[in-house]
Amino acid sequence: MTAATTLPTASPVPVTGGVFAFLRRLVREKPLGAAGGALLLFFLFCGVFADFIAPFGFNDIAPAERLKPPGAAHWFGTDNLGRDLLSRCIYGAQLSVIIGCAAALLATVISAVLGIVSGYFGGKVDLFMQRFVDAWMSFPDLVVLIVVVSVLGPGMPQIIVTLGVLLGIAGSRIVRSAVISVRENTYVHAAQSLGASTPRILWRHVLPNVMPPIIVLFTTRVGTAILAESGLSFLGLGVPPPAPTWGSMLSGSGRTFMFEGPWLALAPGLCLTAVVYATNVFGDALRDLLDPRMRGTR
Amino acid sequence: MHAYVARRLLSLLPTLVIASLIVFISIRLIPGDVVDLMLSNNDISAEPKSRDQLIAALGLDQPMWKQYLLWVRAIVFHGDLGTSLWQGTSVAEQIGHRLPVTMELGLIALVVSLTMALPIGIYSAMRQDTAGDYAARSFSILLLAVPSFWLGTMVVVFPSIWWGWSPPIDYVGFFANPWQNLQQMVVPGIVLGTSLSAITMRMTRTMMLEVLRQDYIRTAQAKGLSERVIVLRHALRNALIPVVTLIGLQAPLLLGGAVIIEQIFVIPGMGMLLLEAVSQRDYPIVTGVFLIVGVAVLFINLLVDLSYGLLDPKVRTR
Repeated sequence: MTAATTLPTASPVPVTGGVFAFLRRLVREKPLGAAGGALLLFFLFCGVFADFIAPFGFNDIAPAERLKPPGAAHWFGTDNLGRDLLSRCIYGAQLSVIIGCAAALLATVISAVLGIVSGYFGGKVDLFMQRFVDAWMSFPDLVVLIVVVSVLGPGMPQIIVTLGVLLGIAGSRIVRSAVISVRENTYVHAAQSLGASTPRILWRHVLPNVMPPIIVLFTTRVGTAILAESGLSFLGLGVPPPAPTWGSMLSGSGRTFMFEGPWLALAPGLCLTAVVYATNVFGDALRDLLDPRMRGTR
Repeated sequence: MHAYVARRLLSLLPTLVIASLIVFISIRLIPGDVVDLMLSNNDISAEPKSRDQLIAALGLDQPMWKQYLLWVRAIVFHGDLGTSLWQGTSVAEQIGHRLPVTMELGLIALVVSLTMALPIGIYSAMRQDTAGDYAARSFSILLLAVPSFWLGTMVVVFPSIWWGWSPPIDYVGFFANPWQNLQQMVVPGIVLGTSLSAITMRMTRTMMLEVLRQDYIRTAQAKGLSERVIVLRHALRNALIPVVTLIGLQAPLLLGGAVIIEQIFVIPGMGMLLLEAVSQRDYPIVTGVFLIVGVAVLFINLLVDLSYGLLDPKVRTR
């Protein structure tokens, strides 16, 4: 505790004692955030090892087992085709993890590049880029996704790239504001007067000092991307069937059977809520620990 | 105030131009074979079209820059957004029917969101770090994570199973039968508003906490004013400004959320129009809805900025 509280506040990166020291601090100071992180790890584990964990395949049709309520054989029940819902949820985690992480990674890289360029150079570049971001952010994510899917057809790569670009452009604002405050620091001026090249300044001096908001951005974007993808799948425009995405499990043919088997409506929604809740509380905790300036934003 | 309004209107222009370019370019990215795909959809249209007719109807036979200028000119001077490929009706007319429906849904959602968020946010700030505050905050974090389409699905499924009640699905216009219309719109509005209220709740709490620590609040307390007057007249008005900005930022969420909610509750608004157009590959309608939604968000943000002038006299002179 003492090491954590006596850290100089001038440095935005208080991670001095390595990863384990940081984790200890997370658990001690932000237990809810740590629980969120643990829940995320659990879903990540389910996603990565879905093939070994899931008791059944995601598309094992068993007419005799159709619409069984949750019980010993099928913990989450079965759907109208007799498919095991628990297995489908576990495979759904796999898809969500892939799409969430890939889209969030792409979005974070785009945010970092755009934010650093716009914030560091300022002036006309910044003015033009910010008008573009304004215009871009006036389109609802879901509407852009629907339009792009209508043009390019549904599929995982399109969804990941579109979500990455969408969230990346919007997130560049957060990186930009961090860069603007870093840009005026003495060490940046010193590097400039020593004649360091611009790419070197950006890479060695600016980027490391805006890493905390970028890390937080990545965490929260995972949840946003998963939520956006599930919305798209819910409308039947996501990853095509029989892929068991949580969004598509709540829509389509399943909807008519929910009145006979209400558990169909519960499991995928609970998974979604749990993952998004976990990314939110984990992201909040990371933000409070890594980057006190961002507290209360978002 | 006039200068402020004029400046704000001027700054909207470049954004509008860029927004229109985004719409234009993203639709023109259609790979060539989409025309073939559309041709295969021909059977659903009243009068089948040839490949050349389709290309001409989409305006794809002109150079890019000319297509853009013609498109913008038609919109600005004639309010002409093109013609639906399969139904032969004007896109502007279709949107004219659907936009008020979505606006009504959005308005109900906004009212619901504010009536939930403001009292809870204020209460949470005034009783900071009490059990009530923690309960309110946990509730808002949880709300943030519940997808609106899941909430909507449960609202459709469970009341039907438990009480045999399900939301009406035959849409009636507000002016045709206000009572029946409201019965239909209130439940989807509550679902959409509940999802939105979480962020506003958190923001209201944060801003109220900040304002309640100001000197003028202490002065008001020293004068012996009642807590009610202090909160409503002195604190809330100042705390509201960032909250109002947030409402502007939420406009895209509201419209995006409406797409899903309209689908669940079978409400013929803009979202439904977009999804119908996407499934029929009716690109003039897709383009029109895409553009109008973006422009609507920009204008909501304009209204939000102008309302600062009313809430905060300092903005007018800046």
